[in-house]
Amino acid sequence: MAVTSSIRESSASVVRASLTGGKRDVKGMVFATMLLLCLLTAMFTLTVLLWDVIAQAIPVFQKRGTGFLTSELASSPDKAGVSQGIWGSLVIAAFVVIIAFPVGIAAGVYLEEYAKPTKLTAFIQLNIRNLAGVPSVVFGILGLVVFVQAFEPITGGRSVIAAGVTLALLVLPIIIITTAESIRAVPNGLREAGFGVGGTRWETTRDHVLPYAAPGILTGTMLAVARALGEAAPLLLIGAITGRLASPPGQTLLEQLQGKFTAMPIIIFGWANEVNKPGKVTGLTFEDLNSAAIVVLLVMVLVLNAAAILLRNRFEKRRQS
Amino acid sequence: MQPSLSPRSPMLTVGDFRGNPRRMRRERTMRVLLFGAAATSIVVSALIIGTLFTEAWQFLRELSDTIGLGALIDSGEAPGWYPRQGRFDIPTIVIGTLIVSMVSVAVSAPLGLGAAVYLSEYAGPRARKWLKPMLEVLAGIPSVVFGFFALRVLGPDLIQPLFGTTQPTSLLVTGVAIGILVTPLMASISEDALSSVPSLLREASVGLGARKSTTTLKVVLPAAVSGIVAALIISVSRAIGETMVAALASGRLGSAPRELDPREPGLPMTSAMAQLAQGSDQLVGIGPAFQSLFFVGAVLFVMTLALNILADRVVARVRNKY
Repeated sequence: MAVTSSIRESSASVVRASLTGGKRDVKGMVFATMLLLCLLTAMFTLTVLLWDVIAQAIPVFQKRGTGFLTSELASSPDKAGVSQGIWGSLVIAAFVVIIAFPVGIAAGVYLEEYAKPTKLTAFIQLNIRNLAGVPSVVFGILGLVVFVQAFEPITGGRSVIAAGVTLALLVLPIIIITTAESIRAVPNGLREAGFGVGGTRWETTRDHVLPYAAPGILTGTMLAVARALGEAAPLLLIGAITGRLASPPGQTLLEQLQGKFTAMPIIIFGWANEVNKPGKVTGLTFEDLNSAAIVVLLVMVLVLNAAAILLRNRFEKRRQS
Repeated sequence: MQPSLSPRSPMLTVGDFRGNPRRMRRERTMRVLLFGAAATSIVVSALIIGTLFTEAWQFLRELSDTIGLGALIDSGEAPGWYPRQGRFDIPTIVIGTLIVSMVSVAVSAPLGLGAAVYLSEYAGPRARKWLKPMLEVLAGIPSVVFGFFALRVLGPDLIQPLFGTTQPTSLLVTGVAIGILVTPLMASISEDALSSVPSLLREASVGLGARKSTTTLKVVLPAAVSGIVAALIISVSRAIGETMVAALASGRLGSAPRELDPREPGLPMTSAMAQLAQGSDQLVGIGPAFQSLFFVGAVLFVMTLALNILADRVVARVRNKY
């Protein structure tokens, strides 16, 4: 195979040379290089960003060790840590999984398998597309008015419950859209076979369509959780804590969920605004701590992202063969 | 079974096609549940629109009862957004947003489109296998991280020496950082548009003896132009709504004079909102300063919605074409 392709390539180059009169297509090469440069600029920024953050974060992990991960927010950079942020972000991710996954996947199934092409369906679809484009800070207003104020008896006001529900709604359209896309890619023969042996629509969907579409759906949902983990703007409006946060010992889980909270991106936002004075003991500044906090957040987000991308690539390869 | 039928001639009846009642009931329940899930999205939209506009309306009423609606457009000597002084100059923050989104498009449009053309027309399968995931990683980086990066590196180390800005934070830095943030989005939508151009068009062009660059510029790009326009609109919409970068890197805390120079610090709408929400730890709903948050939110919502609907229309046109 390698031989035939090399023969094909060499004959192509001979043809190309005779067509162009043996001249090199300089303009075309410049054009291609410029295009590549566009892509590389984006990559370069990514590299600089990661390198800069990691380089500054290393001393923090060296001097503070795991203490940085297990200590709470504090006013001194010698003591401050991100444990409350990790807890808050994980609770938010749990809310997304519990609320947005079932609702989003069910909505996607409805739109692709059940909905007839009526005006109502078209309206729902248009609505979901527009909802996906609503700025996250506007979802923060929704969270503030509905979940912080109106549902205060349940959520406890400015709490991680309000934050979790708001972010679940924020990523809901993404999950619906990716679910619908993966279900649309399921070959019709599968459905026809299901109906042919007497399956109802739900049985066919559950036993044949959903398993086939599962990797695609899973990819979409992982990306949605990653998005929720990194989202900060709605949490600012809901009232996540940026300064100091005392968590009194002996709280029940419900009290913790209904109490004041913070999350990783909010800690990063708060520390970015801190005065840059080195701590007396460790000599670390909040800027250093912030780089370490970013590393923690990026690990959480990028692990999910990378898993989603790998899953999709593997799955695409399997389908092609 | 009909009693008149003799047992020796097994004929099928309507009843046999009715199916198992339990399964049919299950089927109906599932349909209702799934429809309920789909309808949730409408409830969410209704809630967003409802809360935004009731609260914004309340702000306007409160304002007209106290200091008058004239506060929305500051006509004083030095107009600006000073919510705590009762000066809510909407043009200040809208101009801030427009400057930031224009700068960001100036960054994301060439970078994103260039990357998309390279990925779709030039990159071999092996290169694409590596480059695309990297672009997706860039897309996955949270915006607050970009804000910190803009504040710490992009502003002081690149934009300030390059453009001679007075401060490390400015509307320009914000715009550039948001531009980089939006580039993967721009690239991915444009690439979809480019790869949906039928390869017959490319083959015809190459068959006529056109060079690859000519084919790309004169055949593929024009054929994909609607999709690329849609990508541009969506990028602008995203840039307008981007909050964390603006809140960290635009350089004003809570109030700002009206500023037309991108090299100066300014206050985009989203940044104003973040700081209204954050700075006032007072009880929600007290004072027009806090309430103005909802009005700004409503304006922001209308702007992005208009752009998104426009993009949707453009995309629908592409889909009809091929």
